[in-house]
Amino acid sequence: MDGPQGSTQQWQAAIFDELKKADIKQISYVPDAGHALVIRKAQADSDIQDIALTTEEEGVALNCGAWLGGQRAVLLMQSSGVGNCVNMFSLLRSCNFPFLTLVTMRGEYAEFNPWQGPMGKATPDALELMGITVMRASHPDEVPELVNAGLAAAFDAGEQVAILLSQSLIGRKSWVKK
Amino acid sequence: MNNPLQTKSRVERRQFVDTLIKRIPEALIITGLGSPSYDVFAAGDRDQNFYLWGAMGGAAPMGLGLALAQPNKPVVVITGDGEQLMGIGSLATISAKQPANLTIIVLDNGHYGETGMQRSHSSLGTDLVAVAKGFGIRNALSITDLAEAEKIAELINAKKEITLTQVFIETNEPPRALPARDGVYIKNRFRAQLGLAPF
Repeated sequence: MDGPQGSTQQWQAAIFDELKKADIKQISYVPDAGHALVIRKAQADSDIQDIALTTEEEGVALNCGAWLGGQRAVLLMQSSGVGNCVNMFSLLRSCNFPFLTLVTMRGEYAEFNPWQGPMGKATPDALELMGITVMRASHPDEVPELVNAGLAAAFDAGEQVAILLSQSLIGRKSWVKK
Repeated sequence: MNNPLQTKSRVERRQFVDTLIKRIPEALIITGLGSPSYDVFAAGDRDQNFYLWGAMGGAAPMGLGLALAQPNKPVVVITGDGEQLMGIGSLATISAKQPANLTIIVLDNGHYGETGMQRSHSSLGTDLVAVAKGFGIRNALSITDLAEAEKIAELINAKKEITLTQVFIETNEPPRALPARDGVYIKNRFRAQLGLAPF
């Protein structure tokens, strides 16, 4: 069963509101169901550039380019994408770029697809190995405050931060069309 | 067989880069790791240059983020065939945004110069201009003559359309000219010339 549709919409809407308040101007992404509302809102907002990526590491470089030019950017991806980014993360530490990514988790809660397991389980360690601070939201109520804290750490303190959005937040994926 | 190694004339890389940069004083430049970074530095260090020493495949998407953030400035990515091939999907990402102020210059000798001149896909059958056009970058062209640097500079300064230029260069290896490797310094210097605080 999917998580209650209303509460999923609410925490996703809260994420977009926090990004907007923090003056995020570029939102780059490889899509995931857990990011769907934020992506739609970014596309509809004339003050925000939405950038569809072919692979997640492009977003790491893109966000650094945005910062060089004076804009704040965030990267949205699924846990599998973290593996695609590993070498590109060295750009963040070599130059100390402020960086925030929101990562929807797979392979950890009521997962149907075993192929999501290996990267999903390695995601927090992979981020930490590359020097990125990992935060995690597992309850809808804590999402806005954590995103706000991640934005502060990235753009006020210049840190590299990943916020993991637990699979339990997103709810079970329905595999059979009813 | 269309083998770009057989192209009749090729440009000397340092001469091309030097000629180009002298004609684009306003440009913000991102360089791909290896020889393109050395070529751009050899043309004269500028605060508006950001030299990559790693992050292979990242030059073009970094240029996109910069071009979107600074729409009134010409943004130029100067990279090599190997670096662009690693980030080839970013041409689709760039095409989807069509940033009019972004130009990608691929210095193409068909080889990985930094690692001992192994052949790249560019000399193994890939046509980068056709690839770019396939991704939706309509203004993609190749040049083999130094005299065409002037035309490329005009396109850059006009900021009218996303452009990819493949420059067929000789396989020579000019003396190393090494820019600063301190990424924090280069980043803050780059931001300062745009009036932005360090960080």
